[in-house]
Amino acid sequence: MYGLFLRHFYLIKSSLPRVLDLIYWPTIQIILWGFISKFFSLYSNYYNDTLGVILTCAILYDILFRSSISFNMLFLEEIWSRNFTNLFIAPLKIKEIIVSLIFTALIRTLIGLIPAIILTSPLFGVSILKLGFPLLLLFLSLYIFGITLGLFVSAGLLRFGPSFENIAWSSLFLLAPLGCIYYPLEILPNFFQIIAKGLPLVYIFDETRNILLNSSINYENLKQAYILNLIYLTLGIGLFYFAFIRARIKGTLINMGE
Amino acid sequence: MKTPLEVINLSKVYNNTDAVKDISFKVNKNEIIGILGPNGCGKTTTIGMILGLLKPTNGKALINGIDIETNRVNLLDNLNFISPYIELPKKLTVKQNLEVYGRLYDVKNLKTKIEYLSDKLRLQDIINKITGELSSGQKNRVSLAKSIINDPTVLLLDEPTASLDPETGDFIRSFLENYQKEQETSILLASHNMNEVERLCSSVLMMNKGSIVDQGKPADLIKKHGRKNMEEVFLKLSREKNES
Repeated sequence: MYGLFLRHFYLIKSSLPRVLDLIYWPTIQIILWGFISKFFSLYSNYYNDTLGVILTCAILYDILFRSSISFNMLFLEEIWSRNFTNLFIAPLKIKEIIVSLIFTALIRTLIGLIPAIILTSPLFGVSILKLGFPLLLLFLSLYIFGITLGLFVSAGLLRFGPSFENIAWSSLFLLAPLGCIYYPLEILPNFFQIIAKGLPLVYIFDETRNILLNSSINYENLKQAYILNLIYLTLGIGLFYFAFIRARIKGTLINMGE
Repeated sequence: MKTPLEVINLSKVYNNTDAVKDISFKVNKNEIIGILGPNGCGKTTTIGMILGLLKPTNGKALINGIDIETNRVNLLDNLNFISPYIELPKKLTVKQNLEVYGRLYDVKNLKTKIEYLSDKLRLQDIINKITGELSSGQKNRVSLAKSIINDPTVLLLDEPTASLDPETGDFIRSFLENYQKEQETSILLASHNMNEVERLCSSVLMMNKGSIVDQGKPADLIKKHGRKNMEEVFLKLSREKNES
């Protein structure tokens, strides 16, 4: 028994990412729910339709989550199946790899989300379709940010190999408290507000709440989200190309999966 | 006519360590060249640079006279690779895998091609099976089918018969012999199986610590070093270099 304990203890002791991973999840959960609790204790009368707003935001957040994870999964599956090298010796341009991952991630996202969207209506009487036409704009914006995060993480996988895998899973949860998914920006401490304003999520979820609570649309929020998306997407694509160049120098492409 | 594969003064340095040191060689049309050496001698690094997976620190690898660094994606149409360290997606059937790679290499008449490969590599009985559930010998035949699906002019084989039973190993070697004669493919074969090298290769590059320490026809190398077979030549050269 002690031997088996030692086998895992040595593994944890020798790997800083594993130690950080153990600390990371509880910390993020506590921070996220701390802000949610603070918001409800301060503004308990804010929502007339709390369930609808929370559930709609949760589903929208899942669009981001699914699209990003789908993008990462496509990459990780090639590593896990040790097929990664085969992919990079096929006559495929990097832009072709990116485009095919983007479209495959969209299919995976929709497969995962459509049943959840359908279920919320009979179970909770909430329909995300109540958002109307702006839903399409919100969906697209979240999807773009999701695949942008996917590009950042995949670039890390390309450059650093499978050891970057934990970051792939945890990157989204870091954004959850800062993204102001369930509460307005003002709930965050000032320092976090500055960081949060640099994320398109703040504008997307602020607008979602605005549409649901006030039945009006502020295109300025959406415009801000799309501008930030464009900047991050360009950075993500650039980083992916850069990671590929570095991987060819460092040899990650040939050692991937080992 | 351009040489299918020519390596000129190729070097790779990782973290101030020379993984490959200034090596040069050619693989002509319709020729199998062996590349031998102990683990970590630079064989896989050399293959990685030829495939464009690694950027050389110095020198170049020319495919049909064109540097892989200048036109990587287009030249990859002419190359393919098999290694026991690389597998095909495990959850796809054999046929699905061949379809995927046939499309990635833009193979014309893909259905006919898969039927041809299936026949030549005895895949008929496993064509609809899940790749991950196959035996290592079956997986090896499927990987070989993938590696020739685009009729590469240059085929790179990294230990193609490693961990196979003698019958399957012999089948693969016979297949490669016949395939190379039929298609006039240029093959670079990295192997630890000396009998395989003696049987298949017209010439051998002996590598150690990143350098080519000797090269020539297997029979000439055996004679030159006064040994009985390639295994003894391999041991002599590996030990000499390690002691120096």
